[in-house]
Order: sequence, then structure tokens, then C-alpha cells
Amino acid sequence: MWKWLHPYANPEVSYHFAGKIIPWLSALAALLLSIGLIWALAFAPADYQQGDSFRIFYIHVPAASLSMGIYFGMAIAAFTSLVWQFKLSDASAAAMAPVGATFTAIALFTGAAWGKPMWGTWWIWDARLTSELILLFLYLGVIALHNAFEDKNLAGKAAGILTLVGVINLPIIKYSVEWWNTLHQGSTVSKLGKPSMSVDMLWPFLFCFLGFILLVSVIICIRFRSEILARNSIRPWVRTLVSQQLAQEKANDV
Amino acid sequence: MMFDSFSAFIDMGGYGFYVWLSYGVAAALLIVLTITSVTSHKRVIKNIAQRKLREDKLRQVRKQRDSKEKQLKTSQSEEVTE
Repeated sequence: MWKWLHPYANPEVSYHFAGKIIPWLSALAALLLSIGLIWALAFAPADYQQGDSFRIFYIHVPAASLSMGIYFGMAIAAFTSLVWQFKLSDASAAAMAPVGATFTAIALFTGAAWGKPMWGTWWIWDARLTSELILLFLYLGVIALHNAFEDKNLAGKAAGILTLVGVINLPIIKYSVEWWNTLHQGSTVSKLGKPSMSVDMLWPFLFCFLGFILLVSVIICIRFRSEILARNSIRPWVRTLVSQQLAQEKANDV
Repeated sequence: MMFDSFSAFIDMGGYGFYVWLSYGVAAALLIVLTITSVTSHKRVIKNIAQRKLREDKLRQVRKQRDSKEKQLKTSQSEEVTE
């Protein structure tokens, strides 16, 4: 049943597959994000309590849920790498870490800029905000470990262990608004069945969310390809590919 | 359109600073991430090419040295047999 997946265990096949889907994904991401963001900024109705400051929601919520989603993906990759010694999953985990860190930073920053007019403060040490900040530090630790060793396998192992230990933070972030008293409001979108949002606010959100997911996939694909090359630099297929690419660049310069 | 004029759009009902700050910083971070990802890919390719060049050179030098030593050895052994 899963046999069609087997060729993608080969780094060369994965490298070329990722290269092939990048243009399609980026075109779709640009389309969805431009529709979603223009809709969110200019056409969605203002919130009856929060007014137009609510438009920050369209970046803040996708960024925050992606920061956790990317971490979850990275943890799955780290797990497969540690258990089955699967080299490509190390490469993908290393590709995901900087993207996740960026989205965590965006979630924290937009949260602060939304908190200032709504709560009267940029920052407060409550459960949701603090656990999201810890997520950022986990990402930074994983990135540092990936770069700390000359031997990429050893680096992947160390970073993988940190990633798996840090998974405990994900449910804490997710349920912090229910477990503890916090300034942060509860979830509005992911309530099963009935999201407590009006439809004309929900549609632009879905466009933005899907657009950000596609953008994340594009950047992860780009980084995944560099990780594959760096980890297989002595293989003949990488050598021929590199000399071809440089020859092409030189031809373009002339 | 939810706004009557362009200046109302910029003002965002008084929350303009916070809204545009959020969107601006998010866009800046994403652009930086994308650019560094693309440039680091190019850098990886260049590094591998450089290493290949260095290894090729080393191999050539070694080959030349080996052939020279072989010549030297054969000439020496010839001297001995003479």
C-alpha cells in the first residue's frame, strides 16, 4: 500500500521532487495570501468589540497555529530519524526549525501589538504567552544544536532528542487558556462543529491560513533541498548537479 | 470595502499603528526568511563546488608526485643493476 512512497527515501529523488513542486506551491501561496490579506484588511467587517484592531487576528492566529504545527512535524521527523535511522528525516527536521522559529516570533510579536491596545500591555507573564516564548527558545536550541556539530548525524541526534523532550510544551500551549486564568481569549476558530465567528470573518481567515501553510511548505522545500545537498556532498549525483548548476550560472552571467 | 476613504483605511479606526506594525513586521520577517533560504541554498552549492575543485587539485598533485617517484625509483633501480 505504501510502496509508492519508497522511491522518495532516495535523497536524489526527493531533491528533484521538492524542486518540481516549489513553483506550483509558491504560485498558489501568492494567490491565496494576496486574496486573503486584502480581504482581511479591507473587506472583512470590523469586530463589534475590538474594532479594526481585530484584523491582526488574520496573521496572529495562522502564525501561532503554524508555530505549533511545524513543531509537531519536526517532532515526527526527529522521531523517525532516531528510531529508524532515516537520514532524510534529519534533513527535513533541520529544514523546519528556522521556519517554525520565524512563525513563533511572528505570533509573539503580533500578539504583543494586539495586546497593547486591547489589554493595555505589550507583554504579561501568563501561561499562554510564556509557553509560546518557551517554544521560541526550544526552536532556537534545536537550530543551535543542528549547527553545533561538524558531523551532521550527531547533530541531528542531539537536536532530535531536544525536539522530542520539547513536545511536552505543545499541549501546555494548546490548553493553557483553559487550564489557567489568563488574559488571552479562548479559541474561536477550532471549536468543533460551530466556529464562533461569523462567516464573512471566517472566509478570509481560511484563505490566509491556507496561504500561510503553502508559504511554509515552499520555504521548507527550499531549505530541505539545501540540507540534502549539504549532507550528500560527496555523492556523485551531487557533484554533477553542482557543476551543472555553476556552468549554467556562468552562462547566464555572460 | 469597509472603509470610506484611503485615509480611513490607513487609520484602521484608530488602531492603524498596531495593525500596520503587525503586518509590516510579519512581512519583513517572512521576506528575510525567504531570502536567506534562497541565498543559503546558493551558498551550499558554491561550497560543494569549491571543495570539489580543491579535491581535484589535490588528486592531480598526488598523481604527479606519484609518477615522479616512480620514475625516480626506476632510475635508481637501474643504477643498482648497473
